[in-house]
Amino acid sequence: MAAKAESWGSRVGLILAMAGNAVGLGNFLRFPVQAVQNGGGAFIIPYLVCFVVMGIPLLFIEWSTGRFGGRFGNHSTPYILDTMAKGRIWKYIGVFGIFTNIAVASYYCYIESWTMSYVYHSVSGTFNGMNQADVAGFFDTYTTIAKSTTGIPFEAVVFYIICLLLNTYILSKGLGGIEKVAKIGMPLLILFGIVLAVKGLSLGTDGASALFPNANAWDGLNFLWTPQFDSLWNPKVWLAAAGQIFFTLSVGMGTVHCYAAYIKSKDDIALNAVSAGFMNEFVEVVLGSSIVIPIAAGYLGLDWVLQNAGFGMAFQTMPYLFQQWGDVLAIFAGIFWFGLLFFAGITSSLAMGTPWIGFMRDEFGWKNKKGAWSFGLIALIMGLPTVIFFKEGVFDEYDYWAGTVSLVVFAFLETILFAWIFGIKRGWEEINLGADIKVPVIFKYIILVVTPGLLGWVLIASVPDMVNKATDEDTNNKEWFADAYYAESYGSTAEFGVVDSVTPNFVKIAFDNERKVFNKAQSSLTTVKYTDFKTYSFKGDQHTVVKKGDVVKPKDKIAEGKFTNNVMYKTLGRLLLITLFIFICVVVYRAYLKRVKEGRATS
Amino acid sequence: MKTEAIIIMVCAQGIVTAITAYFFYKVLTTKPKQEPDSYSENDDETQRQDN
Repeated sequence: MAAKAESWGSRVGLILAMAGNAVGLGNFLRFPVQAVQNGGGAFIIPYLVCFVVMGIPLLFIEWSTGRFGGRFGNHSTPYILDTMAKGRIWKYIGVFGIFTNIAVASYYCYIESWTMSYVYHSVSGTFNGMNQADVAGFFDTYTTIAKSTTGIPFEAVVFYIICLLLNTYILSKGLGGIEKVAKIGMPLLILFGIVLAVKGLSLGTDGASALFPNANAWDGLNFLWTPQFDSLWNPKVWLAAAGQIFFTLSVGMGTVHCYAAYIKSKDDIALNAVSAGFMNEFVEVVLGSSIVIPIAAGYLGLDWVLQNAGFGMAFQTMPYLFQQWGDVLAIFAGIFWFGLLFFAGITSSLAMGTPWIGFMRDEFGWKNKKGAWSFGLIALIMGLPTVIFFKEGVFDEYDYWAGTVSLVVFAFLETILFAWIFGIKRGWEEINLGADIKVPVIFKYIILVVTPGLLGWVLIASVPDMVNKATDEDTNNKEWFADAYYAESYGSTAEFGVVDSVTPNFVKIAFDNERKVFNKAQSSLTTVKYTDFKTYSFKGDQHTVVKKGDVVKPKDKIAEGKFTNNVMYKTLGRLLLITLFIFICVVVYRAYLKRVKEGRATS
Repeated sequence: MKTEAIIIMVCAQGIVTAITAYFFYKVLTTKPKQEPDSYSENDDETQRQDN
């Protein structure tokens, strides 16, 4: 007997919750970096095209699929998909819609806990007087479990657990709790974003210093928005644009289905879908592009941005840049920036809890409280390895398999189901049922052909990378336990390096590398060669076996001793993910047996 | 900033902002369906009851 289903308080609340689900840290960190790396202003063209031919159709598919499943009392993907087609397999494909959320929430809450912690450190003035290296080093210390920046032992774990507890508590309050957070969090996020974006857009050359005399925020904006039209012919740029659209909308996860499952058949989903989708685009294209890149370019110069643009900037660079605004403004900027990231994070992580809670309520009659705390417990068990073994690569392993591959696989399969098995005729009727806007008929054909084709292309293009990851081709230290350590690849065209300095527990190897610099006069990128360094640190019972001046190629032995390689931790991470997937399959199978017993099974 | 960069930036951000505002305005101004609908906060509004 299923417990009473919930409902959304208001339509605006639902749209804000759905937009909050989509708006995440990637809007502020991934999008501008992708744009910088893929043709600057020209990137916006494939990006917006992919939004129209893949993003909006996927939103229509997931909103209408969710509402359709909800009509039969199903509020998570296993049985939502099961109601759409014959065959037992679909409920197990729907497992992705629970698996991905638990696995992603388990490590996403860790990033979220960093934002909480950094708000605290911004307010308490921890970053006052720190230079850029100190701020970057602070992050390194923070993520080293044995070290503490506050005196609290295992600080990173403590903040992680607090964050997970907060998520679990809000989830235990049901949709009402999620909606309240979205109604407070989204407007605040937009307000904080606007304040920082105004600063980013107006900074100009005010941030130039003796160390970075050519720093200019407008160089960052110029580079971000100057179209390099030749990049439009590069398939990699289109792949990057499709990938960005995919991840920014949080499609392929199962959360959109779950939220939409609480909508009645006569109520609109078409206008809701595009409203929430465009709200996400506003945060990404308008706010996301106006904060990190211009502020970083304004203080450190565009060349620094080109070389260092990445996720780490949020925590390793921004606190230092805020210090340049003076002690008091730095506190406010820290609160705004990390507060913004916190709200972006929590509105997404809350959504990740709902598919599990919805499933357990539908199938086993679990109340919200029980569902939420069980979700918190599973996320904790899954997440602790990512916290404790963050530096060993478990976090990245989760992010790749659960946060990237699973999404693409599930989105591709659900699109095929919707367009070709459920049938585009019925699907189109579902999208238009109760619609408050007239959906252009072209989307019917886009959903039928273009969206699955594009998703299939993204999936196939990712296969070589998946194979490399699965076979640990990204490292030369493939054994779990070894008596020797071998040099890794240089990550550039360099085939060898030369030992620059060495001690028994440390080696620094110089190698040739290339970087892109912005030629202001020609408004184009030029490649320059420079000497880069790769360093290795070893523990007490390990010692280096190279001398200064030695030529070191990848796979050459550089140290001896007893080594436990990262491959072991990564493999254990993968095994944990597989275990979680199998566990959810078993739960779904138990639910199926229960349905058979109660005469409710449809296939 | 260069003119072409400003044009692309203003166009992209302007289009996205305008469409976002338009759809959100439409959400706010579209008359809700009669009860029972999907949202609980307006359940007690008498003029929206079927009977």
